[in-house]
Amino acid sequence: MKEISNYEPQIIAFCCMHCAYAAADLAGSSRFAYPSSLKIVAIPCTGRTDMGHILKTFEDGADGVLVAGCLEGRCHFQTGNLYARQRVEHVAELLDQIGLEGERARMINISAGMGAKFAELANEFAKTISALGPTGLKKKPASRELPLPSGKIE
Amino acid sequence: MIVADQKPIEDIRKMLKGKKKVLAIGCGTCVAVCFAGGKREVGVLSSAVRMATELEGEPVQIDETIVQRQCEKEFIEHLGDQLGEYDAVLSLGCGVGVQTLADQFPGTRILPGLNTKFMGGPTEQGVWEERCQGCGNCLLEYTGGICPISRCAKQLMNGPCGGTDEGGRCEVDPDTPCAWFNIWERMDALDIQDQLMEIQPPKDWSTSRDGGRRKIVRKDLQKPKLDEGS
Amino acid sequence: MNQTPLKSNSRLERILAAGQFAVTGEIGPPKSHDAGVIREKCSQLKTYVDAANITDNQTGIVRMSSIAAGILIRNEGLEPVIQMTCRDRNRLAMQSDILGAAAHGIKNILCLSGDHQSFGNHPGAKNVHDLDSMQLIRMFQEMRDNSQFQCGEEIKGGGPPLFIGAAANPFADPVALRPLRLKKKAVAGADFIQTQLIYDMDRFREYMKKAVDLGVTESVSVLAGVGPLKAAGMARYMRNNVPGMSVPDHIIERMEGAVKGISNDDKKARMQASRAEGIRICIEQIEEIKEIEGIAGVHIMAIEWEAAVKPIVEGAGLYPRPEVEN
Repeated sequence: MKEISNYEPQIIAFCCMHCAYAAADLAGSSRFAYPSSLKIVAIPCTGRTDMGHILKTFEDGADGVLVAGCLEGRCHFQTGNLYARQRVEHVAELLDQIGLEGERARMINISAGMGAKFAELANEFAKTISALGPTGLKKKPASRELPLPSGKIE
Repeated sequence: MIVADQKPIEDIRKMLKGKKKVLAIGCGTCVAVCFAGGKREVGVLSSAVRMATELEGEPVQIDETIVQRQCEKEFIEHLGDQLGEYDAVLSLGCGVGVQTLADQFPGTRILPGLNTKFMGGPTEQGVWEERCQGCGNCLLEYTGGICPISRCAKQLMNGPCGGTDEGGRCEVDPDTPCAWFNIWERMDALDIQDQLMEIQPPKDWSTSRDGGRRKIVRKDLQKPKLDEGS
Repeated sequence: MNQTPLKSNSRLERILAAGQFAVTGEIGPPKSHDAGVIREKCSQLKTYVDAANITDNQTGIVRMSSIAAGILIRNEGLEPVIQMTCRDRNRLAMQSDILGAAAHGIKNILCLSGDHQSFGNHPGAKNVHDLDSMQLIRMFQEMRDNSQFQCGEEIKGGGPPLFIGAAANPFADPVALRPLRLKKKAVAGADFIQTQLIYDMDRFREYMKKAVDLGVTESVSVLAGVGPLKAAGMARYMRNNVPGMSVPDHIIERMEGAVKGISNDDKKARMQASRAEGIRICIEQIEEIKEIEGIAGVHIMAIEWEAAVKPIVEGAGLYPRPEVEN
């Protein structure tokens, strides 16, 4: 179905600065390998990720999106990672409706000291995405935001 | 506020079948605060539909914008210059917004992206409940400030039916409290429960939607006209 | 003994006016146009009850019209009590239907809110609820006594002679409100009340005491709802799932005890033993109900088990039914 040979899945990992980002760093310095095509985006808390970020990441060519936050109960902002989990679950449902596989979005929880665990979970996710293959979205279709008449609306 | 919910992606895909270029327009008022049609939701929905249609092999370009209030002409007029290039507009406003756009731009196909649900408010984070049906003749005076027209499945005006479960839940939906159970408790606490013995006469529904399309005219606010005779 | 002229001269009204202990039954019309079903059920109830309720699309399921089925049983010699719900008709249809029913000689009417359509076979239907049951009672009372339509317009030639009934669910929450609601129905113009199925006699006695204290029973005849249990499972189901249904443990234990010692494989014997016990309990409850102050009769609900009515009425010493002068 999809070309698998030499296929390196494009994975974006939104990593919380307080835990997963440090864990990824530790994995690197401890020589626990994880796929080189996995790109890390540091965020202040996984609670900052919104569904738009994840969907646009897919639109921009990602094959999988990992959201990596602190262990549940250990969020620097109390509940940011719990909100993140709900949103990732919702995105997974949306992906199914879109015609992509919901498994392409995943939430994981780790602490700053879990370098090996980060590598293990990242490899496992990469394996899942490799098995699913590319999304089939070739190129982001042109789209724009129209300018607002005056002022900004949020 | 008016509370709405996004239509399923599948329904929107069907609506947009054959369209090449679509403008999604959000609304910054009610539907923004109930997280159905604000800027963020326009972004998520547009992104989802773009991907879905591309995967289907018929990609639709969806541009995004938002207006502060889709239900008033003054807030949407400026869009007129740009609509010419679009095959359709996907409105993420409530039903009023969709119709205001359609009235303002009769030459453009305006499609609804939301299902407008009810007039209500948030009762807890992530939960909205109906509170008013706009019957046009408020009876909250008689019911302890709890509306049985919008909160009782049978719109009873003289007390609960026999279907109140233990603990005061409605038998139609056990997650919903029985409006009349709440009315009783409220009026009992206010010590005005004897008012419930007064029989409420049949309601005059002519002020509700049954009376036909409703309209309010405020002469004091209308544009003054010069009397030509004087 | 009753000096005031009768309102409808229905058999049920005459029985109650004569101070007799009334017995009503219930017939659920079929989900078809088969008049034979009605006649068959009618034959099982006739002579054992003074009148039989005809349900109105009960639980929101489409069935033969209650008025049409009522005419059928009236023609068979059994007096109908037409049930009318606020769910399916607005005030125009309700008034027009009651005039039509009266033209066919129907006199007893039971005013109900109606089960919500979500329980029935057309859950997507639009419900009406133009009036509620209280307003329906009052509307019929004004049609009858003041010869006027709900809008105030005069009914030329006089209002329909109706005997107006209402329902009561004594144990549904909020429990403290229920006797007051009964009173409100009396004030609205109800002539008789049929209650929801009663199994908890202790609680029912308390409820009736409050009703008597409120003076409700001076103007309204209260018929206690009873019904034979088919099996212990049915009793448990009702206790757990039907709002306001209070089924005491001792009733459930008796139903369980009835099938003790009968092999699980002998389904027929278990069913017979269980049903016989259900009928025995029902008879005992009627005996208890007779002793409760303010009670004017019983309403026996044995839907889809009409054959149980005969042994219950006979067993409770209520047969033959008294003759009352027309």
